[in-house]
Amino acid sequence: MSQAHIDSAIKKEYSAGFISAIESDTLPPGLDENVIRFISARKNEPQWLLDWRLEAYRGWLEMSEPTWAHVHYPPIDLQAISYYSSPKSIEDGPKSLEEVDPELLATYEKLGIPLHEQEMLAGVAVDAVFDSVSVATTFRAKLAEAGVIFCPISEAVREYPELVRKHLGTVVPRKDNYYAALNSAVFSDGSFVYIPRGVRCPMELSTYFRINEAKTGQFERTLIVADEGSHVSYLEGCTAPMRDENQLHAAVVELVALDGAQIKYSTVQNWYPGDAEGKGGIYNFVTKRGMAHRDAKISWTQVETGSAITWKYPSCILRGDNSVGEFYSVALTNNYQQADTGTKMIHLGKNTRSTIISKGISAGHSSNAYRGLVRMNPKADGARNYTQCDSLLIGDRCAAHTFPYIESRNPSAVIEHEATTSKVSDDQLYLCQQRGLDAEKAVSMIVNGFCKEVFKELPMEFAVEAGKLLEVSLEGSVG
Amino acid sequence: MLKIDNLHASVEGQDILNGLSLSVKPGEVHAIMGPNGSGKSTLGHVLAGRPGYTVTAGTVEFLGQDLLALDTEERARLGLFLAFQYPVEIPGVSNMEFMKAAVDAMRTQRGEEPLDAVSFMKLARETSKAVDLDPGFLKRGVNEGFSGGEKKRNELMQMMLLQPRLAIMDETDSGLDIDALQVVARGVNAMRSAQRSFVLVTHYQRLLNYIEPDHVHVLAGGRIARSGDKSLALELEAKGYAWLENEVA
Repeated sequence: MSQAHIDSAIKKEYSAGFISAIESDTLPPGLDENVIRFISARKNEPQWLLDWRLEAYRGWLEMSEPTWAHVHYPPIDLQAISYYSSPKSIEDGPKSLEEVDPELLATYEKLGIPLHEQEMLAGVAVDAVFDSVSVATTFRAKLAEAGVIFCPISEAVREYPELVRKHLGTVVPRKDNYYAALNSAVFSDGSFVYIPRGVRCPMELSTYFRINEAKTGQFERTLIVADEGSHVSYLEGCTAPMRDENQLHAAVVELVALDGAQIKYSTVQNWYPGDAEGKGGIYNFVTKRGMAHRDAKISWTQVETGSAITWKYPSCILRGDNSVGEFYSVALTNNYQQADTGTKMIHLGKNTRSTIISKGISAGHSSNAYRGLVRMNPKADGARNYTQCDSLLIGDRCAAHTFPYIESRNPSAVIEHEATTSKVSDDQLYLCQQRGLDAEKAVSMIVNGFCKEVFKELPMEFAVEAGKLLEVSLEGSVG
Repeated sequence: MLKIDNLHASVEGQDILNGLSLSVKPGEVHAIMGPNGSGKSTLGHVLAGRPGYTVTAGTVEFLGQDLLALDTEERARLGLFLAFQYPVEIPGVSNMEFMKAAVDAMRTQRGEEPLDAVSFMKLARETSKAVDLDPGFLKRGVNEGFSGGEKKRNELMQMMLLQPRLAIMDETDSGLDIDALQVVARGVNAMRSAQRSFVLVTHYQRLLNYIEPDHVHVLAGGRIARSGDKSLALELEAKGYAWLENEVA
């Protein structure tokens, strides 16, 4: 599509307020204000959101890519990316599982994923009605009964504009950082959740059952608002490796926990990590942050095994008195994967408490860094933090790094930090093998034991899957 | 059961075993004694297939198979058990989980279904009582924070759960008080059968007061210097190893 076409398309949308017909559903690579106008118009967004995006874009232009993380990769050409493509027609996907990469299928098999879900995950064009569709419908009815809103954020912009407008960008400001600004300018889609006052969400909210819906794309945006005294547990991701052509992912997740609310956000991330030489994996640059008001609690639990590069720091701003922040993380890197992940706990209110349990596992030639900030502001009287940061090395070609930052500006605040580094020793493996276990089973058992404190924070069925996932991700790391 | 012929082995380039030959028949209990550095523990590890222990010559046949051609875990699944002198800790992995995985590995080898969790739990509790170990230890990490005696009893418990064909016990008696020693002896004696053999590696004759061996061998310089019945152990106790070493030299 030529620039003239785009321009005319944009003008047309503008006058009409929505797009009626355009020649192509995919923009050519490149990013400028017209592209943003196009995206916004194509999604039928109100003026305020377009302005919001443009403001983010203008801010982004002034920013430069962060280089402080302990990861190395060739420069990313952001002008080589197409910033809009409508949901792929289902006919474009593989026609059956026979056309899908056998290695991917082997992994699904090991994870014990049912056949119809394999088809969905691999993007196979199937026209049968899935069980999950009807399940999803039942779920929706149940949620609606409780007054819970759970829908794509693009839909929320249209249906609940005042809620979205009130909270969007309040936790992660548009110009927070390079990737967050980029996401704010061009975000594709994502989830919106609202839990009304005093409501305990009747089920775990999972992105899993919206897998049939349009792909959210590489710039996902999630906003969860838990009103006063409400509770919600949100599960993101899936243990199965997702097929995805986009190399760069820059998502933003914002959590708002109003007075007395509790949000538990669990992630299992298993994007394509690249081949054994580290080629072709996903770059995952994510900004996740929650704002906890008075007596509120935000808990992040993550199991990260995928992506070539992970740059991710789910954080909590403990703004209200007595608010609680938690971060439980397992990050596993194998082959040539690189991860720089951790959290920020910003204590603003009195008697705020935070707990950080981070388990980093490095195997192969990988590099795994924990980076965490604990900040006690002057008004955070009686605030407490406990950090435990453990690294486990498998083999002698991998690396583990710990970068803790501690800033305390309140003398009554208490900060505890513990860190350990250990190795899966040859003697441990020998003991296991002498008892009849093969080396891979032994390593996975030892690693699972190492991660136990984090796994017990995961919802039950996720914890079982996470254990299996580690086993699959560690394949080939010994012997 | 086990036939070792002219076994030579080295660790980190140093020759430890120098032409050791030994034959163990089903149902027999053999005691291996000898001074420090004579190669007693090395023998156990070479048989179990510890990485870094290199066999430079000789053959070992176990239950009709070429033992040295098998991987460590394959030897274990055939029924070769080594009770460690210094059992390592595996933090975070519960004893229960570890032992169930081991028992299931053996069952799979025999073409049996893995035990269900309830049956295993019951079996494990009974076994822990038999070795005088509080069932609370089942929930703790493998050997994590166990005392020396508790580690040894934990090894014994694994042996009882796995029901091996050949159990090699590497100085299981060292560091044990008399009560614990009796627990170990009771366990071994209860397991003695016409199908099962034991190789007891020990420094002291004391253990043999409780477990009566069929044969006693004395190792010196990486080979068997002398074999005899249980009276040999008593003779050693009286005269010390120097007597024997002089005789060999």
